Amino acid sequence: MLMSLENLLSDKRSKIIKKWRDVIVETYPGDTQRFLRKEKDQFANPVGYVIAKEIETLYDELIKEGGIDKISACLDNIIRVRAVQDFRPSSAIGFVLQLKMVIREELGDKAPMNGLSGEFRALEDRIDNVALLAFDIYSKCRQEIYEIRVKEVKNHLGKLLKQANLTIEIPEEKPDL
Amino acid sequence: MADTPKPDELSKVDHTPPLFKGWMDTPVEIKPGIYCYGSKPKDLKYVDFPNPRDWSPVDDDWKLPENWEEIVHEGFKDRLDRFRSVKLFMDICVRCGACADKCHFFIGSGDPKNMPVLRAELIRSVYRKKFTTGGKLLGRFAGARELDEDVLKEWWYYLYQCTECRRCSLFCPYGIDTAEITIFGRELTNLLGLNTDWVAAPVANCYRTGNHLGIQPHAYKDMLEFFTDEIEDITGLRMDPDYNRKGAEILFITPSGDVFADPGTFTCMGYLMLFYYLKSLGLDITWSTYASEGGNFGFFTSHEMAKRLNAKMYAEAERLGVKWILGGECGHMWRVINQYMDTFNGPPDFLEEPVSPITGTKFENAKATKMTHIIEFTADLIRNNKLKLEPSRNDNLKVTFHDSCNPARGMGILEEPRYVIKNVCNNFYEMPPSTIREQTFCCGGGAGLNAGEDMELRMRGGLPRANAVKYVHEKYGVNMLACICAIDRAVFPDLMQYWVPEVEVTGVHEMVANALVFDGEKERTTNLRGEPLPGMEDEEDV
Repeated sequence: MLMSLENLLSDKRSKIIKKWRDVIVETYPGDTQRFLRKEKDQFANPVGYVIAKEIETLYDELIKEGGIDKISACLDNIIRVRAVQDFRPSSAIGFVLQLKMVIREELGDKAPMNGLSGEFRALEDRIDNVALLAFDIYSKCRQEIYEIRVKEVKNHLGKLLKQANLTIEIPEEKPDL
Repeated sequence: MADTPKPDELSKVDHTPPLFKGWMDTPVEIKPGIYCYGSKPKDLKYVDFPNPRDWSPVDDDWKLPENWEEIVHEGFKDRLDRFRSVKLFMDICVRCGACADKCHFFIGSGDPKNMPVLRAELIRSVYRKKFTTGGKLLGRFAGARELDEDVLKEWWYYLYQCTECRRCSLFCPYGIDTAEITIFGRELTNLLGLNTDWVAAPVANCYRTGNHLGIQPHAYKDMLEFFTDEIEDITGLRMDPDYNRKGAEILFITPSGDVFADPGTFTCMGYLMLFYYLKSLGLDITWSTYASEGGNFGFFTSHEMAKRLNAKMYAEAERLGVKWILGGECGHMWRVINQYMDTFNGPPDFLEEPVSPITGTKFENAKATKMTHIIEFTADLIRNNKLKLEPSRNDNLKVTFHDSCNPARGMGILEEPRYVIKNVCNNFYEMPPSTIREQTFCCGGGAGLNAGEDMELRMRGGLPRANAVKYVHEKYGVNMLACICAIDRAVFPDLMQYWVPEVEVTGVHEMVANALVFDGEKERTTNLRGEPLPGMEDEEDV
């Protein structure tokens, strides 16, 4: 009997996740990769921990067509970190699309054949959609950074001017003249 | 006695050199979001710093003095002679890598040049070339390289990605203090006029006007009066402080951040309320509108500048004729006071060893400097049952405590803040042990890095701390991050907004004042932030 793609992907789960994690870790400089892989403590190595933990959940949700909320939360945890690191936007979120390559490599020629081509295409479409979601999340994180910067400047200057009595507030009610 | 390793343990020692290949060939790229803007000429001129001119770190031409290499060489040589620690730290590092993964900037950025060992190696490599025979003869084989403009830019970029928090030094088997290497390196960059606007402007303001923002004495007084009005609305009591009062027993000095920036302002209101409470018990204290800054950004430029700015504390104490100095909640202010002030500007023979006028406790640890941290002062008050406290007023808070790097690692203030917090609120939860006390993770904005333009750097550097806060938020519902440092209070709100937006930031004395019960106060319905106290949500007055 033929295996469904979902079962096939479940069988290969640990290998695919390991390879996927390696692909992400390899976006960092050599000396950093060793640390990201070796240190398992979530407080000593929050970046490595987040990558390892979140891609597992992400993978499971992806192959079983999981909910968008859970997928968004996983993506947010990874991308929030990469959005403030030394990555171009494409490198920050490219790992999502790289999952396609990892799966193809791991399943070899089996996937498109054996009557799975339909399922396989659907999976790749899902990954493409998650990549678009990743783009939204990356943009949101960057937007937050800009908002924090603007808020800081506004608070700083606005408050000082007010405190020095150099500005005067418009009253809640317009006075009768 | 240390444990002797067993033979099978010894055989497992990894003899491959841990670090690093190719770092000398990775040129520096100065990136927006990471670097702080260059200093302005007027600020350097005002304090007679060299090479004042307009410059930008992203320009190719940094407008260095013609003989800049000679200036660095002489500056390096001079400091090797003057500071034994620098000489030692240049020589003894064996690049074991124990510090490598302990820096919050490395952990958060993944940039190997933020490993403390490699950051120091940027300078050490030039030291070898210029000052060691091996380095002169063997060059790169001995880890030595020439200083050129690219190397200088690399120095600058990474020296201003270190908050001098000293977490790495905790793990160094030789006790190398990388913060001192950064301090030393920054001194060299300052010889060439390479400082940041966020450091140079506060230094000039502090030197001229007395505090980082250049707030003049009358505005300082206005702010405290504004707080007094607010406090009167909340408590029904008028708690006017004294300013510049000669003959007071104690002078109070706090970072100006507490006077002019939220949420530090609520901590400042806390001080005012505590002092009023203690007045009838015998506290005789004055604020100063001249010594209006506890912080010392001079410390991020050179020892000499740190000394000049620090001098006003003793000068004002002497002018007012006080007996000792009480200091507010701050971070690097206390490193300067605890470890440098006596050498810089002491001994303060005109002052006396601090004694609490309320409890009679002698603060023997402050015998040399005559200056005591307010958290010790308050912990002592609580220990001696001198404060009437109602901790349930803080029941809306689930609090965790961030050990600020300098008071924790620099002077061992670990228990006092926890003791105070546990007495003024009922819900306290510790972050994981590897992220607190001596091992505390920095806020990511110390040592003059809390500018706005380097926000990505701050978010990276603060990630390990925020990660631990997020953990206690998810596990216990923590919604308030307490600290005893003004820079923390400036840095954390932004950091939390990005990583754990459900968590707010407070100084410890804000919570003290919320819990403090005054004789004759009206029924308290709000906390110092104007939010309803627990159980008072429906009161009209809220």
